[in-house]
Amino acid sequence: MYVRHLQLTDFRSWQHLDLAFDAGPSVLVGANGQGKTNLVEALGYVSTLGSHRVSGDAPLIRRGTQRAVVRVAVVHAGRELLVELEIAAGRANRARINRGAACRPRDVLGALRTVLFAPEDLVMVRGEPGDRRRFLDDLLVSRTPRYAGVRTDYERVLKQRSALLKSAGAARKSGMNSDDLRTLEVWDGHLARHGADLLAGRLDLVADLAPHVADAYASVAAPSEASDTASQGVDPSGRSADVSYRSSLGSSLPEGFGLTRGTRAGDEQGRKSLESALLAELERVRGQELERGVSLVGPHRDDLDLVLGDAPAKGYASHGESWSLALALRLASYHLLTADGAEPVLILDDVFAELDRRRRARLAELVAGAEQVLVTAAVDEDVPGELSGVRFEVGGGEVQRVA
Amino acid sequence: MYEGPVQDLIDELGRLPGIGPKSAQRIAFHLLAAEPADVDRLQETLQKVKEGVVFCEICGNVSEQATCRICQDTRRDPKLVCVVEEPKDVLAVERTREFRGRYHVLGGALDPLSGVGPDQLRIRDLVTRIGTDGVTEVIIATDPNTEGEATATYLVRLLQDFPGLSVTRLASGLPMGGDLEFADELTLGRALSGRRSV
Repeated sequence: MYVRHLQLTDFRSWQHLDLAFDAGPSVLVGANGQGKTNLVEALGYVSTLGSHRVSGDAPLIRRGTQRAVVRVAVVHAGRELLVELEIAAGRANRARINRGAACRPRDVLGALRTVLFAPEDLVMVRGEPGDRRRFLDDLLVSRTPRYAGVRTDYERVLKQRSALLKSAGAARKSGMNSDDLRTLEVWDGHLARHGADLLAGRLDLVADLAPHVADAYASVAAPSEASDTASQGVDPSGRSADVSYRSSLGSSLPEGFGLTRGTRAGDEQGRKSLESALLAELERVRGQELERGVSLVGPHRDDLDLVLGDAPAKGYASHGESWSLALALRLASYHLLTADGAEPVLILDDVFAELDRRRRARLAELVAGAEQVLVTAAVDEDVPGELSGVRFEVGGGEVQRVA
Repeated sequence: MYEGPVQDLIDELGRLPGIGPKSAQRIAFHLLAAEPADVDRLQETLQKVKEGVVFCEICGNVSEQATCRICQDTRRDPKLVCVVEEPKDVLAVERTREFRGRYHVLGGALDPLSGVGPDQLRIRDLVTRIGTDGVTEVIIATDPNTEGEATATYLVRLLQDFPGLSVTRLASGLPMGGDLEFADELTLGRALSGRRSV
C-alpha cells in the first residue's frame, strides 16, 4: 500500500498542510525543527493510534488549539481509502472512513499499515522490558487489529486488580477479609482470560517473527555490495540474532507454545491452557502479591529476549550491533506484514544520520524495492543514492516538491 | 469571566454531566431571562428531589415512598429478579415492556480503583431477598464492560450454590437493524460464542 495524500490541520507544528506523495521512495529534507518528523508521526498515528515519540495525545495538538485533524488517502491493491482522525483535547477522538459516519478510532486500524524506523528504536535493544512489550503489542495490533481491544481490556483489568491488591493487602495486616479474597478471585479470572488472549497473540507473533529477525540481521550485518571497498568494519564475528519470548509464567508456561514453529497458541485450546496456567500461577504467588500490592504474573511482566550469538544483546552488544539488531526488528516487522498480504509503508525518520556508512548503504539496499519509502533527513548527504526518489524541501511552515 | 453570581451559576451548571462550558453559559443566560415563576418552579423541583425522593427499601430504585411502584405491583412476578447497576438501567429494561419480574439495583459495579467493593454495593440485600422471597431466577443485567463483567462473575459465583435458583446473564451480541459486516470483532465473537439453536 502507499500513501497518496496527507492533509494536516493543527497537528503539532503544522497549522495546515496538503501534501501529495507517489509510490516509491520520497525524501523530506529540511533543517532541524522544521516539522519533518511531525509529518511522518501523523502517518504513524493513523496506523497505530499512538505516537512513537510521546505516550499521550495532548502534545499532538498544535498549541493554542483544541483539536488536530489528520486526513490520509491510502491506496491499497488499486483501491483508495480516505481515513480521517480528529484528535481532541479532553474529549474522545473521532474517526471517519471514506467520509462515512463517525466511528471509533479503533475501527480505522488496519486501513494504513506502517513500519516506522526512528532514532528511538535503539531502546528496543537497550531499554527496559516495557519498550520491547510495546514493540510487540504495536506490531500485534497492526497485524490483527482485534488485539487493540484485548490490550485495552487487559490493562483495565490489571489496573482494577492492582488497586484491589493494594487495599486488600493493607486490610490483611489488620486481619484478613474473606470478602476481599472472593473479589480478588473474580479479578483473577478476568486477568487470566484477557491475559491468556494477549499472551497467545504475542507467542504466535514471536514464533512468526523470529525467522524474519534472523534473516534481517544477517542481511544488515553482511558486507554491502555497493560499499564493499569502503567497509573494513564488517561484523567480524558473523554472529546470528535470535529472539524469544520470556513469560512471567517461566517454567509453568505450557510446553510447546511459541517454541516450536507450527504450534499456535491463539487457537481455542491454546488459550484455554494458557488461561489455566495463569490462574494456577496467580494462586501460587497470591501471598507475595498481597504483601507487595503488585500484580506479579501476566503479560505485563513479560519480555522479549534478544540474543546475538550466545550473549544477550542488552549489555553485551556494541553500539553498531545494537543498531543492526534494532533495524533487523523493524525490517522483520516489514517482512512479516508483507507476508501477511499487505505491504506496509516504510518510514525512515532521521535514522540515516545515526548509522555508519556501511549500515546506511545496507539499509538503503534492503528497503529500496519497497512499494513506498518515506525518508526524513536534515541534509541530503545522509540519504544514500538508492533512495533519491521524489525530493521535498521542508522549511518555513511549508513543504515544496522539487522533482 | 462574568461577574459574581452569573459566573457562579455557569460553574455550577458546568459541573453537571454532559454539559460543557458553552452549554452551561447558554442555560445560565436562559435562566437569567426566564420568568421568575419558571425559576421558582425549577427551584422547588430541585428541592423536592433532594428531600422527597428516597430509595426503595426492597430493590434500591428511586421512589417516592418506602417501597417503589414496581415492588408494590402485585401483578409482577416476585420470583424473577433482574439485577442492574443503576436506577436508570431499570428504566431501560422497563422500556422494553418485556420484563414482568422485579428489579434489584446494586448502586454501581465492582470498581477497586474508586474503592467500590461488594460491601459498597447492595449485594447483601440481594442475598437476603433471594433467601426470603423464594426467588427462582436472577437475571444479571450489569453493563458489558470490565467492571460490569467482573460484578456479574462475582454474583454468579456467589449465587450458584443457592438450591433451586437459576442465574442467567443478559445476552450480548449484535444490535438489531445492524449490518454484520460493520460489527467489530469483539461483539461478533461474543455473538458467536453466545449463539443459540433455532
